[in-house]
Amino acid sequence: MTTTLSLGPVLFNWDAEDRRDFYFRIADEAPLDTVYVGEVVCSKRAPYFDPHLPAVVDRLRRGGKQVIHSTLTLILCEREMDAVRALAEVPEVLIEANDIGAAALLAGRRHIVGPFVNVYNECTLAYLARQGAVRVSLPWELSSRSLVALAKSDAAELEVQVFGRVPLAISARCYHARAHGLHKDGCQYVCAEDRDGMSVETLDGDSFLTVNGTQTLSHTVANLIGQLEELQEMGIRAFRLWPHAIDMVAVAKVFRDVLDGKQTLGDGRRRLDALAGLAPFANGFYTGGKGAAVSP
Amino acid sequence: MGARLELVCPAGNPAALRAAVDAGADVVYAGFADETNARNFPGLNFSRDEMAEGIAYARERRCCVYVAINTYPGAGNSAPWRRAVDDAAALGADAVILADIGLLDYSQRSHPDLRRHLSVQASASNAEAIRFYHQAFGVKRVVLPRVLTVSEIADLNARIEVETEVFAFGGMCVMAEGRCSLSSYVTGQSPNTDGVCSPASHVYYEKRNSDLVSRLGDFTLNVYSDGEAAGYPTLCKGRFVTNGRASYLFEEPTSLNVLTMLPELTAAGVSALKIEGRQRGRAYVARVVATFRRAVDAAARGDMVPAGELDAMTEGQRQTAGAYDKSWH
Repeated sequence: MTTTLSLGPVLFNWDAEDRRDFYFRIADEAPLDTVYVGEVVCSKRAPYFDPHLPAVVDRLRRGGKQVIHSTLTLILCEREMDAVRALAEVPEVLIEANDIGAAALLAGRRHIVGPFVNVYNECTLAYLARQGAVRVSLPWELSSRSLVALAKSDAAELEVQVFGRVPLAISARCYHARAHGLHKDGCQYVCAEDRDGMSVETLDGDSFLTVNGTQTLSHTVANLIGQLEELQEMGIRAFRLWPHAIDMVAVAKVFRDVLDGKQTLGDGRRRLDALAGLAPFANGFYTGGKGAAVSP
Repeated sequence: MGARLELVCPAGNPAALRAAVDAGADVVYAGFADETNARNFPGLNFSRDEMAEGIAYARERRCCVYVAINTYPGAGNSAPWRRAVDDAAALGADAVILADIGLLDYSQRSHPDLRRHLSVQASASNAEAIRFYHQAFGVKRVVLPRVLTVSEIADLNARIEVETEVFAFGGMCVMAEGRCSLSSYVTGQSPNTDGVCSPASHVYYEKRNSDLVSRLGDFTLNVYSDGEAAGYPTLCKGRFVTNGRASYLFEEPTSLNVLTMLPELTAAGVSALKIEGRQRGRAYVARVVATFRRAVDAAARGDMVPAGELDAMTEGQRQTAGAYDKSWH
């Protein structure tokens, strides 16, 4: 059974050269089928990495990867929408819309609908497929029960996120700037100080959330390696990893090996435990409970 | 001045509906008592009979009723949402407020004459998104997310052909609405599908020496020292620690209040003002609606808008213009 393993866009504000080198290594070494590129959190960050994008895309393609350009999660102005328009003018570029405005712009041509668009049921899924969505990367909040129901539809290929912190919320307001006593307009790009986001703890000292500019992620790292088999039985064939500042080539290898049956789940889990180290794993959304919860 | 802003007011129960109508609401919005609307709290909302009576009461007094069906149907479980749309149409609702694409599609096909508004839960924050909902589903009005500044709203209104409604008073989401799963991360109940954020069933208070601790699920959201006023522990209004410093990282416990901005919102082309608070009692609703009634009428005449009257009704007696005022960022 063929499966697609993909790497979602980098969510964090990594130094442009670091990000370029990260993608070069992914292109050369990671057993991934698809790599998403592009800024999805804050449009102010895009100009720094954009000059490297052509070389990155070229290297990824030469490495045998399908490249998909992801759009901003929250498009607030025409300048931001113009960036999507410009991208859409390039022939053959495949775009992931993470805002319904971008999806509307891409109607009539092949595109992807990203996990930041609310697709909770088969009617919405079917509608977006009729608009030209060939793949829908589903929201992280869906339980296995919902996934089973959606997987019965053959309207579009479905992708499920199986690794990485969960991007729980997006705002027009920058919490990274706010935490440093700065205004969003004069943020000094302080989000770049935290390669995996800024830790948010409760007053009791419990790790809770992770702030990444205007985005808020979970503290825990979602990990559905134990559910890959079940997901495949449902009919899900595409699996997404979110990039973190850990050895993502090695993480991709673990998922690829388990998907291909080259490694037992137990061994895969042990390898991931050794690799991740960012925070505890969780899979609560999948089981229909609180997202921070974990079960086998 | 331009056209008079329509005043859209909350009703969590029949008493609040009557209070809002009597206080001068142009429109009351309400939901059925289940997961089909975004204020699915115990003891709140309307049975079908109560909705019918509410619509009759409002209509006799030249007030409209919009029915909010603004959560997302779960996969394989669209029936309750479709039934809510069917019933709202049958009961004579003046509009339904929807968020889900599949449900908008159903509503248009099954009830083409039923007026459709786009809920803020759909998070339509740009002209392309709004045009899509207008062209695909005949949406007549869009409730704008509370993330836009007044000048962004004016730019948007110049580019779209539908009415816009903005939040004017009450609780304030600081995250893009309909795109936040902070609460479900902690409680397992989703604002988008279950219609609850920071639900009371998961709230705990405990005394710790002289401090009062408020918790949501497994996480402490705030600690109040003796004498400090304790607010409801809404997740994004909690106090958290970053880089070793405790602060209201996302937002202070505060209320949105645009009372003094009515002329600017009118000039920006806004059609309607929405007052938040379906979980509030009739006294609160009556007071806020009456104050806004006077203010909207004053603004329409070009008179000074009375300020300060609602200070006592705001959370923690703190208020903000939210995103409308660029300084919020």
